[in-house]
Amino acid sequence: MTAFWVLAPIMVLAALGILFVRKAVHAALLLAVVMISLAVLYAVLEAPFLFAVQIIVYTGAILMLFLFVLMLVGVDASDSLVETIKGQRVLAWLTGLAFAVVVVVGLGQITFGTAVGLDGEGGANEGGNIQALANLLFSRYVFAFEVTSALLITAAVGAMVLAHRERLTPKETQADIAARRVRDFSEKGVHLGPLPPPGVYARHNAVDTPALLPDGSPAPASVSRVLAARGTVRVAADLADDIAPIAGQIERPEDASDRNHSVRGKGMRDHK
Amino acid sequence: MPYVILSAILFTIGAIGVLTRRNAIVVFMCVELMLNACNLAFVAFAHQHGNLDGQIAAFFVMVVAAAEVVIGLAIIMTIFRTRRSASVDDASLLKF
Repeated sequence: MTAFWVLAPIMVLAALGILFVRKAVHAALLLAVVMISLAVLYAVLEAPFLFAVQIIVYTGAILMLFLFVLMLVGVDASDSLVETIKGQRVLAWLTGLAFAVVVVVGLGQITFGTAVGLDGEGGANEGGNIQALANLLFSRYVFAFEVTSALLITAAVGAMVLAHRERLTPKETQADIAARRVRDFSEKGVHLGPLPPPGVYARHNAVDTPALLPDGSPAPASVSRVLAARGTVRVAADLADDIAPIAGQIERPEDASDRNHSVRGKGMRDHK
Repeated sequence: MPYVILSAILFTIGAIGVLTRRNAIVVFMCVELMLNACNLAFVAFAHQHGNLDGQIAAFFVMVVAAAEVVIGLAIIMTIFRTRRSASVDDASLLKF
């Protein structure tokens, strides 16, 4: 019972969080909290098979599917606050609270008596929970079990049909790309060759450094448009910023001789 | 039987979520929460009465939930692909 009283507040708080968080990813993570807590409660309620299935199927498969779809649909697809039906939010809350009161009060009226339990001598779990479940599943519920397979294969085929996208235009081949380039060159005068590579300098050669044109201005085609849109492209003048201090170090001969001393001295002395 | 009370509370929270949230994926998560709440009640009653039929029922609920999630998320994906939106308010074209 300790596990229940520890986990029940966590579960209720996490479930309430699903109602209030703005981002769908946070809702998914809170749902994971609820489901893992539920798995622990199943273990407490002497259902080890369902404990494993809850972890594997719900938190492992279903929540991962949710997260995948969230990533595809866009993580920041948050709720709109516009009410299409007037007063719907308030009415929904009132209905929900009334439902909660009715159900909780109704359940409070019932006395359940002491729990029979599944484990122990003569219990239903005798000989193992999984074995007992299998006995039941393949005898009394065998027809439902077989129908389940039809359901699962229908779901798999349905998901494939829904997610499949028919290609409306033929795929562009390499020959098509070459023909398009030549056509662009003849009609619009676009440069026929490949794009210029990024600039290579003495101290910078990353993709965010633009190459320089003969007149000293940066070539816009030499950096990715994505980097330009993000504003993370280096300016060529920035690369020359540290020329003055470096030149100053070279100018001062005593610095240079000092450095030579220390370099020579390193061989004789130990490292400090 | 505090387990059943907890199950009822979780079910209610899920129902309120389905009614109030606008993001189709979050609505779907709330449906999952309701299914899980029912599962908890099933397992609690199986423990209470000392037979395994409740656990079998919870097992079947999980199977159906898995199939339902696959289809539901595929539908949400297709709606998003055509309408660029995951809001349940935007998918009201069948009304007119």
